[in-house]
Amino acid sequence: MTFMVFTMLLVTILIFGLSRARGDPRLMLLDDNTTQETWDTWGEQMGLDRPLIVQYLVWLGKAVQGDLGKSLWEKRPVTESLMQRIPATLQLGGAAWAFAMLIGVPLGVLSAVKRGSIWDYIGRVVATFGQALPPFWLGLMLILFFSVQLEWLPLGRRGGLDHLILPAITLGWLAAAGILRLVRSAMLDVLDSEYVKLARAKGVSQRNVIWKHAFRNAMLVPMTYAVLILSGFLTGTVVTETVFSWPGLGRLAVVAIQSNDFPMMAGAVMLGTGLIVVANFAIDIASVIVDPRIKFE
Amino acid sequence: MTQNNQVPVWEDPNISVPIVPFSELRRTRLSAVKQTIRKWPVLSIVILSLLVIAGVFAKWIAPQDPYEAVLVDRLNSPVWYPDGSMKHILGVDHLGRDVLSRIIHGASVSLIISLAVISVSATVGTFLGMAAGYFGGWVDDIVMRIVELMISIPLLLIAMMAAVVYGSSLTLLVVVLSLFSWPGFARQVRAEVLRLRTADYVLIAKMTGASPTRIFAKHLFPGVLNTVIVLSTLLVGSVILSESILSFLGAGVPPPRPAWGSMVSEGRDFVTIAPWIMMFPGIAIFATVLGFNFLGDWLRDYFDPRLRQID
Repeated sequence: MTFMVFTMLLVTILIFGLSRARGDPRLMLLDDNTTQETWDTWGEQMGLDRPLIVQYLVWLGKAVQGDLGKSLWEKRPVTESLMQRIPATLQLGGAAWAFAMLIGVPLGVLSAVKRGSIWDYIGRVVATFGQALPPFWLGLMLILFFSVQLEWLPLGRRGGLDHLILPAITLGWLAAAGILRLVRSAMLDVLDSEYVKLARAKGVSQRNVIWKHAFRNAMLVPMTYAVLILSGFLTGTVVTETVFSWPGLGRLAVVAIQSNDFPMMAGAVMLGTGLIVVANFAIDIASVIVDPRIKFE
Repeated sequence: MTQNNQVPVWEDPNISVPIVPFSELRRTRLSAVKQTIRKWPVLSIVILSLLVIAGVFAKWIAPQDPYEAVLVDRLNSPVWYPDGSMKHILGVDHLGRDVLSRIIHGASVSLIISLAVISVSATVGTFLGMAAGYFGGWVDDIVMRIVELMISIPLLLIAMMAAVVYGSSLTLLVVVLSLFSWPGFARQVRAEVLRLRTADYVLIAKMTGASPTRIFAKHLFPGVLNTVIVLSTLLVGSVILSESILSFLGAGVPPPRPAWGSMVSEGRDFVTIAPWIMMFPGIAIFATVLGFNFLGDWLRDYFDPRLRQID
């Protein structure tokens, strides 16, 4: 718990520090021909005459209450814009997660159980390629192939389910490769363990050995890596949404950063970190529930 | 097991180990070429030599000037298209610059960045990991907490913000990517040192009054060196990928210097009419990462076959 708070605090300090490192925030709002008077009034209103630490605390206090200020260009509260973008990102993330699990888990199990077979070979290819493919390039190649050449799927932007397929594959590919490797090595370990041998010796059928005895334990390993996969998702979302012009949080963050919209980028980065931190915590709790051997500190 | 085999194990000169599984026996009968491929990471060596040659000798190899924009040649097709010419083997980009020459010049960016990032993060990560593993207690707590922290911070977004604030540059990229990478080293080295520190030779060294510095340098470091080498190679791939992602998002090496990631991003708007602009830099990234990953896998098997389970 304390660690969660600490992480969030550090991120806010980073954001605030970076925002001040680029100079007086008034430079962004006022143009060159403002009078000294207006300049001073704005400074007073924004509390710039107070010490930096006080300014930070005031900003933090507002942020905690959900007031992240107004976007410089969109002229409306940042929180509102963020909330509006969340569904698109969640939809994309959910679809990508489903894709990654659908590819990673069955292929991982198959390539461990039938070691050295064609499945193992396919699994290796997927894992190796997944880790070496630049995600933005994969997205563009998918567009080139399925949207431009074959004209099977629509080009970019959010819409029906058919719009979701290519972005989900782009985002999910890396995670699929990661899950595949983890599931495979975990399955291999478990299949080699004493209790699986005992189950075999008792005459439990192959199917039950694999799914009831081995698989359930093997799935614990990918769970502990879920945080890494999730933070990979955060990076991936930014890239995927840029490639497909997907109206989600990642796109919002990139546009905000490129257009110098400080309140907006602060909001997006904080929300991103918050999601990771909360997910981290949720995974800790989930692994305690699934595996009673882990004690919660 | 061996009864089914034509040649009895004890008569095969290639086998020195007394018990070899049946499936392994066939390997001894491979041709010379196949044996070389099994033994050495041929594909990696080829790809990485090309990369190094391109990176070092770009000026002399590149057929055209990578910065020179000839607007007449704008969007010309690669050589295998009906309207392509040998002058621009991989086509021309939207500003009239030769794609192949830009890819060759882009290799140096990937090379410099990956070398710099890996040396910085391997040094920092190894040192902190060794300290955490050896001293334990509060040192361990602090280091591991920082490692956890680094993992949960969205460094990509912070990096982009930093690029806006300080202006994008090679130095900034190296700093940011090193921040990304050192936790990997610290974790692995710490785990290794935890195993080593109770080894007899370390305990004896401690008993005879060796200073921590001496134990670090003489007894622990040689023990973790293999791990560090393997990990360095395996992490180069992800460093190059991250660099290309930052370049793609416009936070990489400032233009006009060609970086593969930014070349893909430039070609993005021309996917429909000139796909070669984005296609070939992407293949270059892919091949480079693949080359380093294969080399890393091979090194891992070579140094420590036990680690293979991590796969």
